[in-house]
Amino acid sequence: MLAVENLEVVYEDVILVLKGISLSVPEGSIVALLGANGAGKTTVLRAITGLLDIHRGEIRKGKVTLDDKEIHHLDAPKTVAAGVGQVMEGRRILTELSVEENLRVGAHTAARGTVQDNLDRVFTTFPVLADRRRSVAGYLSGGEQQMLAIGRALMAEPRYLLLDEPSLGLAPLIVQQIRDLIVEINEQGTSVLLVEQNANMALSIASHGYIMETGKIVMDKPAAVLRDDEDVREFYLGLREEGAASFRDVKHYKRRKRWLS
Amino acid sequence: MEALIAVLIRGLGVGSTYALLAVGFVIIYRATDVVNFAQPALMILGAYYTSLYVFNVGMPFPVAVIAAMITMAVISALTERIALRPMVGEPPFAAAMVTFGVFVVLFILAFRLIGTNVIVVGDPWGLERIDLFGIRVNQIDLAKIVISMIAIAVVGVFLKRSRVGLAMRATALDQEVALAQGVNVGRMFGLSWAISGALAALSGMLIGTAAGGVTPLVAFVALKALPVIILGGLDSIQGSVYAGLIIGVAESLTRAYSSTYFPWVGSNFDIVVPYAIMILVLMIRPYGLFGTPEVQRV
Ligand SMILES: Nc1ncnc2c1ncn2[C@@H]1O[C@H](COP(=O)(O)OP(=O)(O)OP(=O)(O)O)[C@@H](O)[C@H]1O
Ligand SMILES: [Mg+2]
Repeated sequence: MLAVENLEVVYEDVILVLKGISLSVPEGSIVALLGANGAGKTTVLRAITGLLDIHRGEIRKGKVTLDDKEIHHLDAPKTVAAGVGQVMEGRRILTELSVEENLRVGAHTAARGTVQDNLDRVFTTFPVLADRRRSVAGYLSGGEQQMLAIGRALMAEPRYLLLDEPSLGLAPLIVQQIRDLIVEINEQGTSVLLVEQNANMALSIASHGYIMETGKIVMDKPAAVLRDDEDVREFYLGLREEGAASFRDVKHYKRRKRWLS
Repeated sequence: MEALIAVLIRGLGVGSTYALLAVGFVIIYRATDVVNFAQPALMILGAYYTSLYVFNVGMPFPVAVIAAMITMAVISALTERIALRPMVGEPPFAAAMVTFGVFVVLFILAFRLIGTNVIVVGDPWGLERIDLFGIRVNQIDLAKIVISMIAIAVVGVFLKRSRVGLAMRATALDQEVALAQGVNVGRMFGLSWAISGALAALSGMLIGTAAGGVTPLVAFVALKALPVIILGGLDSIQGSVYAGLIIGVAESLTRAYSSTYFPWVGSNFDIVVPYAIMILVLMIRPYGLFGTPEVQRV
């Protein structure tokens, strides 16, 4: 089990972004973490994977455990080696490298003998990538890039896979496809923590869901219950259909600002 | 005709040592976004150690060259660890200033070690000339070209084919992604400095085996790497190679023919040529012949 307990995170020593978060991903499950822009979802993932310090963030309290062993003091490479992989928000594929090179980067920590098998496995799961293995990754479509990002994380054979908004900016049909692939990956034995704003998609495959608002978990229930909850329907499922476009605009604006700073 | 070819080959010889230095700049720049002004000092120290290993330790020449390259790789990686690593996250400009500080420190060190002497690195090539398709060329020029190109090719293959080389390229493109895939990014920074230091040592050796030997002031020759990386593009290894050769040849042509065809530019105009080319490039194509026009990342 991957668990986060009472986590408090600050950026720049003063900006308190996570105010005591607890959540857990039992082995073999898909768990959804939902929340609006700026709730702190990505920060949770950074805290788990040792990526806080390059964002000038720091864990103030609490801990992250993997099978009861603390892992929050590990740096990013050691976290990967411990079996926690992640697909970062915005796909972040290496656009100038080929598809296969992107995948091989994902295998950096893996034993050399496993690389070929894992390449084959990824190409079987994502046949589009097999067709394009020598092409420059930047030319892939958005959906293909998302698949590449997921495939890259799988190259390290993670036991737990953290996905940060894999549906972001993709057409509904492609979102469906990504959703099915997540289920498939889960069935092959990888536990999944799925961060999403697309609550519909996430709750349709998760067994359990957490809803975050400004650094706190405000709801923590089985996915089936959340799907039927009036408030959730109104705020997350409903909002999606009407306000999706404007939502995304806000988000891009925000992200630019953050990159430049 | 024969004279022209000899001039060209001399230019290619000098140019390939510039290319070596420039490739070192580019590797550090790509991995860390830092322009490394300490490179010339690394070159001088490289020549110093080659000389030390040949004359004071008594190593055979090729062994001494490799030992000097390893020495400089270590010194260079340590420099990165001590002086540059704390600058990670600071603006690249600030880090570049630190490398300038490192240059001064290493340069003073080189002055202490070398003194006012001229060190000779050894003379494996002498003034021998050999026949190349019926043209008499200096062996040293051929040595410069062949050794530089082999070294650069080895680095290129390493970056292209090996697991660590791929990790270095990933680091150059997106540090956070590299980290998230389990690459130890700090180690890649150190490695880029180590490679760059070894290449600088090699170019120092090649310059040192020329007639003049090496004095600390030869560091200023290394400044020609600057026009080379501007012409080639800061982020292109291929570009550095072509640009190094172009600048070397331009210089050598100017030296040979400017007094005949353009007497009004005066003597020693060849010294200015690389910088004239640099200014021209900056005006017309600021990202160089092979560089990427301002990499966009959203
Ligand atoms: N490096 C940083 N320095 C300072 N504040 C930050 C930094 N990164 C994020 N924040 C702030 O922390 C809060 C949570 O950000 P986070 O990216 O974790 O949210 P999120 O839930 O992932 O949002 P989104 O849905 O937009 O991705 C936001 O208010 C954000 O502005
Ligand atoms: Mg986020």
